[in-house]
Amino acid sequence: MIETLTQPWPWYVAGAIIGLIVPTLLILGNKHFGISANLRHMCAACFPSNIPFFNYDWKKESWNLFFIGGILVGGIISTQYLSSPDPVIIHPDLAKELTQFGITDFSGLVPIQLFSFESLFTLRGLIMMVGGGFLVGFGTRYAGGCTSGHAIMGLSDLQWPSLVATISFMIGGFLMTNLILPYILAL
Amino acid sequence: MKMKQEETDFEVRSLDTMCVNESELVHPWWYNFKYAAVGVIFGIVFIKAEIISWFRIQEMFKLQSFHMYGVIGTAVVVGAISVFLIKKLKIKTVHGEEITFTNKKFNKGQIYGGLIFGLGWAITGACPGPLFAQLGSGALAIIVVIASAMAGTWVYGKFREQLPH
Repeated sequence: MIETLTQPWPWYVAGAIIGLIVPTLLILGNKHFGISANLRHMCAACFPSNIPFFNYDWKKESWNLFFIGGILVGGIISTQYLSSPDPVIIHPDLAKELTQFGITDFSGLVPIQLFSFESLFTLRGLIMMVGGGFLVGFGTRYAGGCTSGHAIMGLSDLQWPSLVATISFMIGGFLMTNLILPYILAL
Repeated sequence: MKMKQEETDFEVRSLDTMCVNESELVHPWWYNFKYAAVGVIFGIVFIKAEIISWFRIQEMFKLQSFHMYGVIGTAVVVGAISVFLIKKLKIKTVHGEEITFTNKKFNKGQIYGGLIFGLGWAITGACPGPLFAQLGSGALAIIVVIASAMAGTWVYGKFREQLPH
């Protein structure tokens, strides 16, 4: 049992569990699956600054903050007790390409050579951590949701604006990875 | 003043991913731990299925791996069947309340914002959920990415009146 759990889980298991989170949240309390609104709640709680967008009763949405708190704890539990000793398998073409940019450490899920406090003091690291994070926060709120709220919850409820958003996410991602990111990685 | 706020804020509590209807029931705050428990399962799946891996996201956008498409596709199918059944069978919450759905309205933000988020997603290799799982997995520097994402949300909130929607 524990042997099976520590192996990387196949996509159909992960997809099915994530899909089941949708009805679980609805049945537990009529909550709609979504994550990125938390960034707004955190702004509303910490820096509302008289901006109408952040002046609402964020405490009413506190279930969502508990939800991401759970995700954080899940990350800790999984890493401490369920981690696999084997290295992460990476597509050989990707590994080859990244090696050209000096990224050779594939041991973790997060590449330590790009996302670390040391990396923050390089131009490449600064653009990727601060710039990338900013685009995620700005874009998700502008779009009204992220992969959870639009791609999973929105599409599950057959909302066509969510399909538009999901297609836009994918176009943005393809442009970045294939056309822009190589220039950033070369810095 | 209250009126003005409602007019400008077309997103809050309807288009956003917040709970849409206000529950008539008032629960003690610790009832929220049930959502934390669901979050724990989500966090474990994120890590064990390598969804939070920067490499998996690059492989997705380079069409080198089916993994992420499989995860999201399966999740949508399972989610859609669940939503269909909840509507069809008029399933209620565990507290006996009705489960409600609100139609999302189209606005141009879904395109512009979607593209911007897509660019950020491919750089950081993480959408907002995985950022918190990455932090939990011990990648402490991700706190910088989360803080920057909060800043991005704040700047959007500050300038949203000037942005095309």
